[in-house]
Amino acid sequence: MSVIRVPEADAGGWSCDRCGEELKPTPVNLEYMDSRFTVELPFCAKCGIALISEELAMGKMLEVEKLLEDK
Amino acid sequence: MDQAGLRKLEAQCVQEEPPSCTAECPLHVDARTFCTLMNEGNWSKAWGILTRTLPLPGVLSRLCHGPCMDACLRSKKGGAINLPALERFCAVQVTKPVRSIPMPAKGKRVCVLGGGLAGLSAASDLVRKGIKVVLHSSKPGLELAEADSSPLPSGILESELERLAKLGVDFQPAINVSRAECESLLEEFDAVVIDRTEQDIAPLNLDEPDAVTLGTSLPGLFIAGVEGEPIFQAASGRKAALSSERFMQGASMVAGRDREGSYESLLHTNLDGVAPVDPVAVPEDGYDVEQAKAEAGRCIHCECLECVKHCEYLEQFGSYPKVYARQIYNNQTIVMGTRMANSLINSCTLCGLCETLCPGDFSMEDLCLHARRDLVEQGHMPQSAHEFALRDMNFANGPDCSLARSAPGTKASTHLFFPGCQLTASRPDAVRSVYDHLRHNIPGMGIMLRCCGAPAEWSGQVSEYDRAISELRSQWESLGQPEIVCACPTCQGMIRSALPGASVSSLWQVLQDTGLPESAKNVGMELTVHDPCTARHEPELRQQARTMLESVGAQLNEVEMSGELTECCGFGGLLAEANPKLGSDVAKRRADALSGEVVTYCAMCRDMLSKGGARISHVLDILFPDAAVGDMAARPVPGYSRRRENRAHLREELLRDLWQEPGAPPKPYDELAVSFSDAALSVMEERRILESDVRKTLLHSRDTGQRLVHKETGRLRATYRPVAVTYWVEFEEKDGEYFVHNAWCHRMRVAGGAA
Ligand code: SF4
Ligand code: SF4
Ligand SMILES: [Zn+2]
Repeated sequence: MSVIRVPEADAGGWSCDRCGEELKPTPVNLEYMDSRFTVELPFCAKCGIALISEELAMGKMLEVEKLLEDK
Repeated sequence: MDQAGLRKLEAQCVQEEPPSCTAECPLHVDARTFCTLMNEGNWSKAWGILTRTLPLPGVLSRLCHGPCMDACLRSKKGGAINLPALERFCAVQVTKPVRSIPMPAKGKRVCVLGGGLAGLSAASDLVRKGIKVVLHSSKPGLELAEADSSPLPSGILESELERLAKLGVDFQPAINVSRAECESLLEEFDAVVIDRTEQDIAPLNLDEPDAVTLGTSLPGLFIAGVEGEPIFQAASGRKAALSSERFMQGASMVAGRDREGSYESLLHTNLDGVAPVDPVAVPEDGYDVEQAKAEAGRCIHCECLECVKHCEYLEQFGSYPKVYARQIYNNQTIVMGTRMANSLINSCTLCGLCETLCPGDFSMEDLCLHARRDLVEQGHMPQSAHEFALRDMNFANGPDCSLARSAPGTKASTHLFFPGCQLTASRPDAVRSVYDHLRHNIPGMGIMLRCCGAPAEWSGQVSEYDRAISELRSQWESLGQPEIVCACPTCQGMIRSALPGASVSSLWQVLQDTGLPESAKNVGMELTVHDPCTARHEPELRQQARTMLESVGAQLNEVEMSGELTECCGFGGLLAEANPKLGSDVAKRRADALSGEVVTYCAMCRDMLSKGGARISHVLDILFPDAAVGDMAARPVPGYSRRRENRAHLREELLRDLWQEPGAPPKPYDELAVSFSDAALSVMEERRILESDVRKTLLHSRDTGQRLVHKETGRLRATYRPVAVTYWVEFEEKDGEYFVHNAWCHRMRVAGGAA
């Protein structure tokens, strides 16, 4: 499946505190209601935490969640 | 809902019925739209309305005597709309000839004998449908064609006849036909129409034609033409044309023809707010522009919309129940694709007002509640719609908040105080005061803290509701089946239907009977009453609340929409959860309709309408004010987190004070030192993020060490997904003390790196 890129997925100066790692744009799987997408998100390669910004969560992500809920 | 159910429901809504003028008009001119366009001065479009329906518009618009006026509802408010005068004015304005585009030729031919208005109308209808017509007449138009005695201005009839000729009517001289000749015409043509005002039918030796079809014992022969007003002659020609068509198609001659002529419309129009306006008198040579506009402007635009006028929800979705029923039916039967009506289904407050107002008792409440149950059953209910409310219900019914006890020192209860989870959330101190007061007068008064199950019922979660109710039932039984005293109209209704064997009464009645608090006598306030929608069908309850308020000296005012016509606060049916924006619009609209100091007897109404901008008190704010607050009508509404804490704290307080039992030990996340910025608290409220969700996230981050840091500001971010929602918290931390700046959430799950 193709990787979705969104402008809201910028690391914007955030890094992983525990691992001391930079967050690198990485394809990450997101799931909701039997649907799966691969989105490029800032990601710590060591512990696997992916940053989901407020803009992304309350914007595009919320829209897609609502769409999927009505399917 | 199946097809038949949909049809039945649709029939209950009369909004799509024609106005009575259109129903009365033998040709069913859309007079309502005509008046709108005339009022706008749009003569050519208005003329279009007439030409669409009238077979010979130039003639009939000038000659119709206006039988519609007998049915016009405006006649009760000044006088019927003068449609004939308006049509004449319109006909004069439009000088361009009528353009009729016939349908493609059908290869059928009809012979019309006689050229009165009936014959000409039949011919006009038939040629417009692509059917060839041969019309025999000595003088098409008959007396209308007499130059010196015609009621028509010269040239009008001629141009209509010209138009018909262009459309393909073949005008031929009159012929006299015997029965045998008539039979041979029936062989040559596909049907024959006789206009008896010109053609003598005596030689044919036939019975009177059938009233419904104008048919005779000769199949395919139809006899039109009546003595009387031109519009009735034209209608008779139209009937003969329709019968010929059906005959040629081999269709049923009688089915579905009950509304062909004048009939009675089922449309309901409320004239209560309509001010009388006198008709505009018609000068000898007709209206001028301003007079025509003014007369057309008197049209009431009859329609129902009784329900829509009083419901923000019905209005905002832009249509009316008949249309909504179809949308909800389609939503339910869809196999693949988007369910467009989910939001429609989940936004009704289930308040029941529409059914009370509707002349056909259409109930959006029933429709939406059943649709919700269907969605839940099929697994298609959007998760986000009611999850937060159901979590809240489960919290109120869980170990942290629920309590069911007989009074301290007693073994069984004669009575049981049931304050309801929202009153407990909004004013725990009042619940405590009421309970102390009640126990003083009724020693056997136990208490039950929990939710009545309304959120499960409203969200269509049948099995969750059954679970909540069976727990409630067994607690009530273990207390000795006491009489239940409710402080909330919703709880009272829910419990009544769930425990049919229980005796249930309102707190207001019990206080009235056993004694009101001394402190509350002589309040001397003037108050406007807001009835909760769950008291719509409870006249006794509404009266009990009023009697009690009056007996403490309050002077009560009523608004127009009160009692059984009351409007919902926006909380009903979980609207405020499923569609928060509409929920607050509903609250604001109701708050605006309530003037001055308002009082109500539902804790949720109080809080919703207070957020909507009303100065509003709960009855208990008046009987048991909180000395620390002062202005009770402006008392702030506690947010979601505070509501939960209020419930839990009240339980702890009662256990400690009345039963000398220690409360539960605090949860580990409660022991974190956390404070919040105002901005954080307000977005959390809007996003339905609880302080406990934030605390759990911070605790998780502390325990795992997992968090993000910002290289310039040094701020931290933590994330955690307890069950179905992932929370994010942005914060600062100093020596184990947390300061929260922001929080957000999403339902989508991060399933790890894709690589
Ligand atoms: S009240 Fe509403 S549902 Fe009832 S007939 Fe009128 S428009 Fe239809
Ligand atoms: S909110 Fe009330 S009035 Fe409006 S449609 Fe629903 S039940 Fe009817
Ligand atoms: Zn890491």
